[in-house]
Amino acid sequence: MVKIAIDSERCEGHGRCYSLAPKLVEPDDLGNGRVIGDGTVPADQEDNARQAEGNCPERAVLLEET
Amino acid sequence: MADRPPVRDWATDFDHTDPTWVADPYPIWDELRQACPVAHSDRYGGAWLPTRHADVAAIAYDTDDFTSRSVVVTEYRPPNLAPRGIAPPITSDPPFHQGARRMLLPLMSPQVIAKWEPSTREYCQSLVHELAGREVVDAATEYAQHIPVRVIARMLGFPEDDADRFRGFVHHVLEDVTLPLELRLPGMQELFEYLRDQVKDHIDNPRDDLTTALLNADMGGEVADLSHVGGTIALLLLAGIDTTWSAIGASIWHLASHPEDRDRLVKEPDLLPTAVEEFLRAYAPVTMARLVKHDMDWHGCPMKEDDWILLSFPAANRDPEFFVDPDEVIIDRTDNRHAAFGLGIHRCAGSHLARMELRVALEVFLDAFPVFHLDDPAAVKWSAGQVRGPRTLPVHIG
Ligand code: HEM
Ligand code: SF4
Repeated sequence: MVKIAIDSERCEGHGRCYSLAPKLVEPDDLGNGRVIGDGTVPADQEDNARQAEGNCPERAVLLEET
Repeated sequence: MADRPPVRDWATDFDHTDPTWVADPYPIWDELRQACPVAHSDRYGGAWLPTRHADVAAIAYDTDDFTSRSVVVTEYRPPNLAPRGIAPPITSDPPFHQGARRMLLPLMSPQVIAKWEPSTREYCQSLVHELAGREVVDAATEYAQHIPVRVIARMLGFPEDDADRFRGFVHHVLEDVTLPLELRLPGMQELFEYLRDQVKDHIDNPRDDLTTALLNADMGGEVADLSHVGGTIALLLLAGIDTTWSAIGASIWHLASHPEDRDRLVKEPDLLPTAVEEFLRAYAPVTMARLVKHDMDWHGCPMKEDDWILLSFPAANRDPEFFVDPDEVIIDRTDNRHAAFGLGIHRCAGSHLARMELRVALEVFLDAFPVFHLDDPAAVKWSAGQVRGPRTLPVHIG
């Protein structure tokens, strides 16, 4: 199983995560990424989660495989 | 632009306004990355140029050793207006920067920008409508240039007929950088007088627009003073126009010279957002600057207080240590942590707006002109200075 999280210390609001994985991450009112729910990534969203991780310029999207 | 001696050696005498750099900077950065990743120049009173992604990132993240007091390399050093600088938040350092940025971010968030998409599309459609039927058009001056000017003027609530004046201000501040201060001041003065009148009008007649919102925005529990708001509005005009125009133009230039990519986007419009990121990476239009805060040895470079750093996000985006095949434009590139909008606390506050304008501008252009190519590749002219994009772009659409 994969979990997605955002390191709010590193996130600067580039918005790649919520564009690429809109079911997993949403923008807050400053445009920073915010995880929807508890971050559990459904199997059909794993590809989106990986894209969000691979496109964040600040390396603020964290994926944890359990 | 003033005449300047040609560059003798890129590692020790670089100049980003040299015609060789303006025509094609990428081979210069490749050469430097291999030999001397941080170049130096005595020009502009002393300047350094990092070319690797790791070095650009380290400087962007290091606000203790580098200041954003001025982000445009010129022949003179700007007065020290710390902590705010002349155009907050881009010229502000921490801790002041955070509040100045926070007052702007909610006004430029993706949710707010989405509301401007339909009118942006309509405007782009009206532009292509005007061009349709012609054989050759200048996609830079007759299309790309108009889009960001119109959109930001509407958002700020400024008269749309003043578009030509905004373009004049922007050109002066961002492209006439080799002129001495005496020649730069009158143009700046004119810009500030124009903005003062607009702000005054908004104070007297508040309305539902970005200028009024900025006048009322919360800056650490109170509203920001007038010169702060004026500086931020100047920044929105200056930072939003040349940059986005350049990104739209460079993308059209690419598509006009790569028919296979153009055809693919016509057939697979869903790929456009991914392609837009790749155009932003490969043709990143914006280079920033920092000033060194104090004498230091930085990774072996003897940096002096007030030396410039030419902070090249475009060079970082072409670093082979960071990107696979960086000089290939791969419109379906999946991993693309590009730094076109900067890194760290100054990440472009207009990035959501810029991305929307770029995507819509390309979508409308491709829809209207599914087949187009460069009319005369040698006639394409690129801007000099820290914002790079085509300023003349004759495209055959007929
Ligand atoms: C493709 C178009 C654009 C590009 C490539 C771009 C690039 C950049 C970059 C690299 C920075 C970082 C500055 C630094 O590190 O010193 C920046 C900052 C900024 N940009 Fe943009 N920009 C674009 C469009 C816009 C637009 C449309 C606006 C607004 C109308 C805008 C407003 C700003 C502001 C306000 C900042 C300062 C943020 C801060 O200091 O906290 N930009 N931009
Ligand atoms: S892509 Fe990265 S920096 Fe941007 S909002 Fe998402 S987590 Fe934050």
